[in-house]
Amino acid sequence: MESVIERIEQGKFWKFHGGIHPPQQKFLSTDKPIRQLPLPELLRIPVQQHIGEPGDILVTVGDKVLKGQALTVANHPMVVPVHAPTSGTITAIEASVIAHPSGLSELCIFLKPDGEEKWRDREICPDYQQLSKNDLIDKIAQAGISGMGGAGFPSHIKLNTAAQINYLIINAAECEPYITADDLLIREQCAAILDGIKILDNILAPAFILIGIEENKPEAIQALKNATKTIDKIKVCVLPVIYPTGGEKQLIQVLTGKEVPSGTLPSALGIVMHNIGTCFAIADAVINDIPLIKRVVTVTGKSVAKPQNVWALIGTPVEFLLQQCGCQQGNKKHIIMGGPMMGFSLPSFTVPVVKTTNCILAPDEAEIPDNDQEVECIRCGQCADVCPSQLLPQELQWSAKAHDHQALNDLNLFDCIECGACAYVCPSHIPLVHYYRVAKAEIRQQTLLDIKAEKAKQRFEARKIRLEREKLAREEKHRKAAEARKARMNSGTAEANNEKSAVAAALARVKAKKAQEKDTNNDVTASDTSVGSPQEIEKTDKKSQVAAAIARAKAKKLAAQTAPNTESNKSTQSSNVIAEAVNNADNSSKAAEGEITDSTSVINTNVIKDIEKPSELSKKDKIAVAIAKAKAKKRATEAKPLKNEPPEDLLSEKPSNDEPDSQIVTNSTNKTEQQVKEQALSPDDIKKAKIAAAIAKAKAKKRQTTESIINNEIPDDNEQRNESAEKEIQTATQGESLDKNARIAAAVAKAKAKKQQESKN
Amino acid sequence: MSLLLAIVIIGVLASCFGALIGFASVKFKVEGDPLAEQIDALLPQTQCGQCGYPGCKPYADAVANGEAINKCAPGGDDTIKKIADLMGVEAQALDESHQTDNTPKVAFIIEEDCIGCTKCIQACPVDAIIGTTKQMHTIISDECTGCDLCVAPCPVDCIIMMPIAKNTRNWQWDLNSIPVEQIS
Repeated sequence: MESVIERIEQGKFWKFHGGIHPPQQKFLSTDKPIRQLPLPELLRIPVQQHIGEPGDILVTVGDKVLKGQALTVANHPMVVPVHAPTSGTITAIEASVIAHPSGLSELCIFLKPDGEEKWRDREICPDYQQLSKNDLIDKIAQAGISGMGGAGFPSHIKLNTAAQINYLIINAAECEPYITADDLLIREQCAAILDGIKILDNILAPAFILIGIEENKPEAIQALKNATKTIDKIKVCVLPVIYPTGGEKQLIQVLTGKEVPSGTLPSALGIVMHNIGTCFAIADAVINDIPLIKRVVTVTGKSVAKPQNVWALIGTPVEFLLQQCGCQQGNKKHIIMGGPMMGFSLPSFTVPVVKTTNCILAPDEAEIPDNDQEVECIRCGQCADVCPSQLLPQELQWSAKAHDHQALNDLNLFDCIECGACAYVCPSHIPLVHYYRVAKAEIRQQTLLDIKAEKAKQRFEARKIRLEREKLAREEKHRKAAEARKARMNSGTAEANNEKSAVAAALARVKAKKAQEKDTNNDVTASDTSVGSPQEIEKTDKKSQVAAAIARAKAKKLAAQTAPNTESNKSTQSSNVIAEAVNNADNSSKAAEGEITDSTSVINTNVIKDIEKPSELSKKDKIAVAIAKAKAKKRATEAKPLKNEPPEDLLSEKPSNDEPDSQIVTNSTNKTEQQVKEQALSPDDIKKAKIAAAIAKAKAKKRQTTESIINNEIPDDNEQRNESAEKEIQTATQGESLDKNARIAAAVAKAKAKKQQESKN
Repeated sequence: MSLLLAIVIIGVLASCFGALIGFASVKFKVEGDPLAEQIDALLPQTQCGQCGYPGCKPYADAVANGEAINKCAPGGDDTIKKIADLMGVEAQALDESHQTDNTPKVAFIIEEDCIGCTKCIQACPVDAIIGTTKQMHTIISDECTGCDLCVAPCPVDCIIMMPIAKNTRNWQWDLNSIPVEQIS
């Protein structure tokens, strides 16, 4: 360490590899003081202006805020809050184009200044030395300070290091052409900067503080030397002008001769570096309780009439700065934020100034000519000679063009600081840095995808294990239940015996049913001739009984519903009708016992009569009738394929083929729906009616498929029905005020139809 | 005599090495199929089943056993190329029957339409849907692999696939939109 200081005191420094000497062009803006600007009309404050995460927004649209009031709050160590640069009203919080080469929009807070510049309450801290290290770091974090040199890394994270710090390096090199913001800041605010450096000294307690400054800023060097004359610990190091001396790793190498290994932080070597602008902001924040709401911006270039450094509030539109400095409208075609080497062209001139904006460059045609045509690499090797990170730019370029990520990693692409020296010297005008940026973005994206794929894989595996476990658990449960049942049954009590016999009876029933089904299936093909085989009759008989029972139950329910609220003639009439329907159902079951043809015809004729008659029926009753009707039709269609005699003649007076019959069914369902729709008076009724319609539809469909399974001879017929069913569903879903229940009903019906189609296929 | 000696020596050597190889094959036996593992690592793990296998691992196993390498639609040509490199075979174009638009997407549930049927939850291969019976469901978009499997089972068609929005974090530099800057 001693030798380092000795060398510095002798004015000897190390050298980093490569580097270039571009024209500096600093004279444009060094001769004028930093100018105060009037308030712009609107400030756009991006919520995230640093490396890390955006904070939680504290304000809402319409809020009045005071100058210095926090707009966001940190919920995470990597969050840096933003503050209101002046007093005013929040007019919007929305996505807007930000200072990013992509021109993408990010969340911004729009603040309309009221011109009063009214501060929030501030606590002036007369003696920061009494504050503890944690208090100081907390104050810095609360003030929203992130690195002002360009990268925007949160300062409190850098300061909160546990490592033993040998050197605190203050970066005042400002090596990029055109930029003079730090130069002017040092000249004008040297005392405040010194306070900031002392605060950092308090926090980090380094052995030495080195201020690195290039020799092209004589006034600033003099000011710093004067200010630090009495402090032994602080060394002002005047460095030769080589671009990019101001790079973190390069400056460390120049001052201490140490190289920061790839992939490690300088704090691993006992070194911390801060920009001189950050020091000023820290002093303001700790002593005056002023958060980071403004910064020095160099507005320069030959297109600007009055190139100058200005105090710009965070959120000021670039357009406003250019206007203030006399940039002609016509020359605004190409505006660069940052310097000419590392900056990027702005996608829009409403882009706001952020905490890392040190320069707005408006060059004219002669300064930065439009794109030179890129030609093939001639392998001259100049790029490798000037690369400050000792990389091989030409090889990187080839690998980047080939998207060979492995080779790029092997060539240490991520050590590239994107200084642009290689592109500057390239005789073939290859935009090398841009290729590296593209490749870096690709690799980062690929890494993210890999992480996501790994996570997905883990979740998939975990799910498989979970499903397997649940399956085993279910099987275990069933097995235990079966065992318990067996044990109970074998216990020998009367109950157990009852259960046993019940189970035996059920098993017998199932067996009988199975045998029947087999028979009917066998008979289906021959059903044209085998009219009244005993099994068939038995089966349809059973089915009709079940249907009748259901119809009875429904009718009863309806009767029970209508009975309490009506004593009028209407109700008695309606209940008569219901009773009739019940009778019909009974009849049908009775008739089915004897003769199937009779049962279907009776049911159909009766029901149709019922339906045509009652014009004065109440809604509910009508619905009930409709349901009953639908069921009757279903029965008719169901009975018919089994027994192809012409009972339909009675009902429809049409020749006995399948198509007209199916139309009747669809007609009936349509009619049901029509009826239902006609009754649409109160929302309650609509709901109930729709549910009923959906259920009816679903049931009708089910019937159709059972039918089609039994009788495979009528595919056209089925298709037609499905179509009509779909139409119904559509009409049902198109209904003006479908409420959730109706939708659920429709969904259920749809799902069933889908399932059936699948099983048919 | 020397002939006999040679036969004996060669015989002893052969049995020694045979025993050594036998021992090594038992001692250093590799569990599973290392090739399938490597292929699995290259697949995008969307678990979408578009290849006809119930997940990426089964497809990796199938590829290791001779299945065509060009059936992974979400992986696209990049994945095919990587698998081809690994297997030492010729890269092929993506199978046409599996050709789909493979821009990255995530599922999104239109929550006011959701009826809470849990069908999508059962379909999701990575458990990225939260919800329970008769409660509104929603997607954890960070975990969603964009596999589409939840879209078909939805009875009310309230799941849509949305392309992932571009932001400054996943933005890719586009050379054509950046002018080259050179100072004189």
